[in-house]
Amino acid sequence: MKGDFISNLPKIYGLYTGGFLIFILLMAILEQVGVSGETIGILFVLFTIFIYAAIGWLSRTMEVGAYYVAGRQVPPVFNGMATAADWMSGASFVALAGGIYFGGHGYLAFVVGWTGGYVLVAALMAPYLRKFGCYTVPDFIGTRYGGNLARFCAVLILVVASFTYVTAQINATGTIAARALQIPFEVGVWFGLLGILLCSMLGGMRAVTWTQVAQYIVLIIAYLVPVIWMSNKQGFGVIPHFSYGDAVMRIGELEAQLGVGTKATESFPGVRVLTTLHNAPGEGLSSWKFATLAICMMAGTASLPHILMRYFTTPSVRAARKSVAWSLFFIFLLYFTAPALATLTKLQIFDPNLATGIIGKAVADVQALDWIQKWSAVGMLAISDSNKDGILQINEFFMRPDIVVLATPEIAGLPFVISGLVAAGGMAAAMSTADGLLLAIANALSHDLYYKIIDPKADTRVRLIVARALLIIIGAAGAFVASLKLTGILGAVAWAFCFACSGLFFPLVLGVWWKRANRPGAIAGMVFGFAAGSLYLYYLRTGGAPILGIDHLRFGMIGMPVSLIAMVVVSLMTAEPDEETQAMVDEVRIPSGKTILSESH
Amino acid sequence: MSQNDSEARERHWEKTRSLMILVLALWFIFSIVIHWFAKDLNGMSFLGFPVGYYMAVQGSLIIFVILIFFLNWRQDAIDEEFGFAGDNEDDSGPQLGGDN
Repeated sequence: MKGDFISNLPKIYGLYTGGFLIFILLMAILEQVGVSGETIGILFVLFTIFIYAAIGWLSRTMEVGAYYVAGRQVPPVFNGMATAADWMSGASFVALAGGIYFGGHGYLAFVVGWTGGYVLVAALMAPYLRKFGCYTVPDFIGTRYGGNLARFCAVLILVVASFTYVTAQINATGTIAARALQIPFEVGVWFGLLGILLCSMLGGMRAVTWTQVAQYIVLIIAYLVPVIWMSNKQGFGVIPHFSYGDAVMRIGELEAQLGVGTKATESFPGVRVLTTLHNAPGEGLSSWKFATLAICMMAGTASLPHILMRYFTTPSVRAARKSVAWSLFFIFLLYFTAPALATLTKLQIFDPNLATGIIGKAVADVQALDWIQKWSAVGMLAISDSNKDGILQINEFFMRPDIVVLATPEIAGLPFVISGLVAAGGMAAAMSTADGLLLAIANALSHDLYYKIIDPKADTRVRLIVARALLIIIGAAGAFVASLKLTGILGAVAWAFCFACSGLFFPLVLGVWWKRANRPGAIAGMVFGFAAGSLYLYYLRTGGAPILGIDHLRFGMIGMPVSLIAMVVVSLMTAEPDEETQAMVDEVRIPSGKTILSESH
Repeated sequence: MSQNDSEARERHWEKTRSLMILVLALWFIFSIVIHWFAKDLNGMSFLGFPVGYYMAVQGSLIIFVILIFFLNWRQDAIDEEFGFAGDNEDDSGPQLGGDN
């Protein structure tokens, strides 16, 4: 190929996508000639991880600019794809549709929050942080407000938020690897970590960028293909997204007939029956709960360092802005599919007129179904004829929310190759997010803590070796915590957002938008906001009752106002920032010209 | 910094700020206000969907995407008006040097 790597990107990833589609076809042929489903699952996972690792190896570097910000030459569309993969975690891929299936309208606040946050990123943050020219988010805080204490606070919040998040992702890679490769979960976790480190260790941000683009392509194909295939097979329309309104209505009718909302009379560990109506938004408190969850997720999006740092890699301020728009577009493709998937899967299970319907059928017949047996065997599904009438009632069908995405191909009777594809997609989603998070933590510790605070004279080689050593240590710590199975995937994800927005949202926003904001104010904002949020979480976890419906998923609603008030009050009580800082803020607001920090800071 | 230059900067920032406020107002309506009234909106129908539901699964999302493209389009115009778009060569061209 002629020309340099960057100008050949569309061709390279075009070939890659074609290659992946051929691989899927090959697997489909193998399935037809009688290769077992297990083997196909293993091939899918191993083949894709091998590709990512190869990209990681090819992107190895010993240059600081390439390691921290991919040389600042990632075009907006590709950065958009990389951000989308960085963003969409194992939770989005595996758990979102299941959450909507079980959580009804209230859960859709996640869908709105995790997309709406990008408007904040575009309007308030990304272009200005790019103009700053920082390597990490604490780099911005440390330079804008000055002083090691401010920088250190930012590092601390970043580490807590990202570490909470990364254990959930390593947990997800472990779960998927364990299932696809048929190894114990504890081994799967370490196997997943190995894959993650192969992608990021040698090439830092550069390697993570190009593997994330590859991972986005796998995960979006893996999400869309089953939904569209199923929709066509079951007669829900060629592209179901715009035509499932009838399905929503029909579910409403069936819910009344089937008695959704009746509590189960038995219980099984890890699985539950559906009791929430599909589309029943409430008023008052439930509107408030929707709004508060959406606000926490949106502000969290705009404060999570692993997302913000993706916009440091574009060639210009304008490209950074553009790339936020593309990020949201690529994220949108998955997020507007998830509710369609949840709705259609639910209808397939409910509707007695469809061949796939199981509610209201004889329990013995349902128990004979392949997919029911398979998922029951691993304890993710349970059927029990509680009232002994021989008919499966809605409150006798127990399921783990996570399996909606993974089991859909089987419920709809699609070939196994699709299940293998979905496993590869889930793996890609979890790995790409874990990569971004580990890198955010390791970079903050190596650049901000080690280089900027501890040893400013360290030379490039030492800095990059420290960065890599930290990556391994943090990854291992994450895998260790994940193997303890402390929290569910989704709880940990929501916490990460709340930690990030409690401590970082206002110091970041006001750093650009309020010239009067000064060092003591920013430190107060970070410390008090983060402490208030964390203490409230502690209060809830030790048995406190949620105040005003603000539960552990939304504790950012406590942290953020405290952070804002502390920051404004303390800033106004202390001296305004010096001339130099004010001039710096003026300069950040202008998109053209040199970055504030030099390339080799 | 000459007098003219700092005046241009000020007006540029004023316009940027107004644009930000407009965008965030729209953002607030479609991320919070609309969903507050989801129950009432469900009485209406759009493309066969109850509207309250539709906004949460698609409507708001589509508007967010459009909103960011709109923001970029307007911001580019503002930057050009004051001559601050100059040295932003777009999508292409690796930045040279500096990776030490």
